[in-house]
Amino acid sequence: MDWYMILKAFIVGGALCIIAQILIDKTKLTPARILVAYVTIGAILGGLGWYKHLVDFAGCGATVPLTGFGNLLAKGAVSEVQSSGLVGAFTGGIKAASGGIAAAIFFGYIASLISKPKIKKQ
Amino acid sequence: MKPIQSKEEYQAYVDDKTPNSPILKNCFNAFLVGGLICSIGQIIFEICKTRGVDESTSYTIVSMILVFCSAFLTSLNIFNKIGKFAGAGSLIPITGFANSIVSPAMEYKSEGYVMGVGAKMFTVAGPVLVYGISTSILVGIIYIIFNTQSLILV
Repeated sequence: MDWYMILKAFIVGGALCIIAQILIDKTKLTPARILVAYVTIGAILGGLGWYKHLVDFAGCGATVPLTGFGNLLAKGAVSEVQSSGLVGAFTGGIKAASGGIAAAIFFGYIASLISKPKIKKQ
Repeated sequence: MKPIQSKEEYQAYVDDKTPNSPILKNCFNAFLVGGLICSIGQIIFEICKTRGVDESTSYTIVSMILVFCSAFLTSLNIFNKIGKFAGAGSLIPITGFANSIVSPAMEYKSEGYVMGVGAKMFTVAGPVLVYGISTSILVGIIYIIFNTQSLILV
């Protein structure tokens, strides 16, 4: 077990969460907008090839936050473009991220089926 | 109470009434929980690596396991409690993405399985996928035009 890598994942992942927490507290951005911003920024950084360095440095500290999801989409699109041209721009992104998306939809659906509906008190 | 005339007055009124959230404490909690989730991911990744799974598959396995845990903790109403404590710490990792799928689906279950669960699942996840996928397609097209990641500086 590479404990140094786990520590780096902890620090980088935590730092990304601190940035989001400051955005929530200091601005009027809703969590949904922050998630969208994180994915978009991750995809742009991934497209520029910069996010790769953070992944190399911190491993899951960079891939588990949603910026890593954006990076995965962009990286998939770029590598698929290299192998199959323009079509790859459309197929590559989702192909690379398909595991996470499919798991989220499937487990999310099952989990909401087994949950008991509760009346929300506002 | 005197009537509020301008936008600035209203803003001052709102700032006066809303309690100051303890930002330092929130940040610390977010760091702790966010970091913990990421290091759990890293531990799963290391286990996959020692079993000879290749890198990109390992990252996918990590996301799937975290999504699974988050979905079921949400359905048991545990995740919302963690979320209250951690703020962005549980929102930003992929666990927050799964939570954002499950919690509206649970809430609107009474509206039926198609337009309730099926549609409301994507109230937050939908925009995330729309912007993420659109950006990745643009990245791919820009890559074709310039045919190089010429902006790589480091």
